[in-house]
Amino acid sequence: MIAGADPLFAHGVTGVVILIVLIKVVVGFAVWMGAVTMMIWFERKAISDMQSRIGPQRWGPFGLLQTLADGIKLFFKEDLVPAEADRFVFKLAPYLSLVPALVTFAIVPLGGTLHIAGHAVQLQVANPPMGILVMLAMSGISVYGVMLAGWASGSKYPMISSVRASAQMISYEAALGITVVTVILVSHSLTTHGIVLAQGQGIWHWNVIRLGVVPFVIFWMAITAELNRPPFDVVEAESELVGGFNTEYSSIRFALFYMAEFMNTITMSAIIVTLFFGGPAGWVPPVAHLRWVFPILWFLAKTGVFAFCYVWFRAALPRLRYDQVMDLGWKRLIPLSLGWMLIVAGFLVAPGWGFVMAAAVVLASVVLAVAFERGASRVTGPESVLEPVGRRPLPEDRLRALTDREEG
Amino acid sequence: MSATAYALPSIVVFVTAALLIVVGALGVLAVRNPVHAALSLILTLFGVAVAFIAQSADFLAAVQVIVYAGAIVVIFLFVIMFLGIGRSRHDHVEPLVGQRPLAALGVAVTVGGLIALLASSHWVTGATSVSGSPLAKGTGNVRQLGTAVFTTYLYAFEATAALLVIAVVGAVVLARRERVTEEAE
Repeated sequence: MIAGADPLFAHGVTGVVILIVLIKVVVGFAVWMGAVTMMIWFERKAISDMQSRIGPQRWGPFGLLQTLADGIKLFFKEDLVPAEADRFVFKLAPYLSLVPALVTFAIVPLGGTLHIAGHAVQLQVANPPMGILVMLAMSGISVYGVMLAGWASGSKYPMISSVRASAQMISYEAALGITVVTVILVSHSLTTHGIVLAQGQGIWHWNVIRLGVVPFVIFWMAITAELNRPPFDVVEAESELVGGFNTEYSSIRFALFYMAEFMNTITMSAIIVTLFFGGPAGWVPPVAHLRWVFPILWFLAKTGVFAFCYVWFRAALPRLRYDQVMDLGWKRLIPLSLGWMLIVAGFLVAPGWGFVMAAAVVLASVVLAVAFERGASRVTGPESVLEPVGRRPLPEDRLRALTDREEG
Repeated sequence: MSATAYALPSIVVFVTAALLIVVGALGVLAVRNPVHAALSLILTLFGVAVAFIAQSADFLAAVQVIVYAGAIVVIFLFVIMFLGIGRSRHDHVEPLVGQRPLAALGVAVTVGGLIALLASSHWVTGATSVSGSPLAKGTGNVRQLGTAVFTTYLYAFEATAALLVIAVVGAVVLARRERVTEEAE
């Protein structure tokens, strides 16, 4: 029963089936590790183009082997553990970042279904019955990597970073989960395979259009916050926190965090494609031998677009302030995703209900807006200044005098 | 898919899950550092999730990890970190006098009661799955659960939801600081 929905196990688990699973795992892992090194190279190269720099160019053509060289360098560097560190947790944390990133990728459908030796082989490493919930579970677990790394370092700035990380990632998980629910509602399936199949009939069936774009935008923002990538990278804000949670890490342990970050970037691009852009769905030429290649190419192309967008975000967008990150998550994204889910559910029952729900959501939004307005008006002191913890904010004129003196 | 055909894998899965649960639970009790104790708790929760999967309760397993490991223990850790405990323990003095003997008594009574209960109840053996009627492939699991929650147990479900909302609102009211009065002082 553990096998669940995968047709590969429909006729029992034989030696051939185990072999196919092993091949899927090994090929998936190898391709993916290659993709991670390429992603790191791509990000550095693209960002240096956007910033009028040259970027990596020394190792291999176009600097392609730069990541490999960096990896080898990091392997041979001294591995430091701070004196104040909690040694066990300090060493555990990188793996808690890496493993969820790995596991999430296993549920992404990379292509259609192949038929090998009488077995239907889905081109994804695993297709568990709880499907997309694995993604949510793993994004929940990946909080630990960041959190414990900061705590175990026994150092101030990583500690602040890890407290930020835990608050931020938990906050955005709610909006993330609710948008995934809207996708599940229209797909009638929890499995990633089912979600992709439900979008297979053409571009108008892709969830991004069928759900009315809003859930996709919410999901994209929430997942970016989950990844702690710019513009939501207050966790590693180098201008405030030295280097964030991984300040005290060096050598291969630092490399593991670095890898996990880029793994997550690729994986989440792939998850966006799976949930909202039909995964491997796309035009396939009527040639028998190309029938299985094209879905993979479509998948890679779509994922590449989102991977590029992440790089673009990093180059183009300024970092949000911490209170802005929290306000966006709790006051905007969660109510919006909840309201949109109700509207989608209403339209799935009957169009009439859809309009009733839409009216109810508009009404609730007005109430919420009034509540926010009244709540905001309670705050004393200048709105433009963050209230210092444990102290009253300075009056605006005194503050202005202080900043003017510093500038002058 | 009969129970006998998967006997060995089932046993391996069960033993692994049981070990995870027991080791984690003992770790929560034995470990001095609160952060390590929280990590042991996660181990237990994972063991329970594995046990759920072995019982074909995939949805419960996922929710177990998402809600308990992914949110609740994170909040525990959040509090532990914020309060800065875990580095050194200064609270060796027992706040309640005589709580240890009382705890031992309580454990003895509970264990005795459980054993008495087990001795007098009927045991169902031989079934690897306790999830009711044989489940179809795919999401039948979730469908059954959803149907049960939104039909048979609707009132209990809504009451729980209301309770949680009340708890959240209560927490906000208790935790909120009146800033206007601060200004007035």
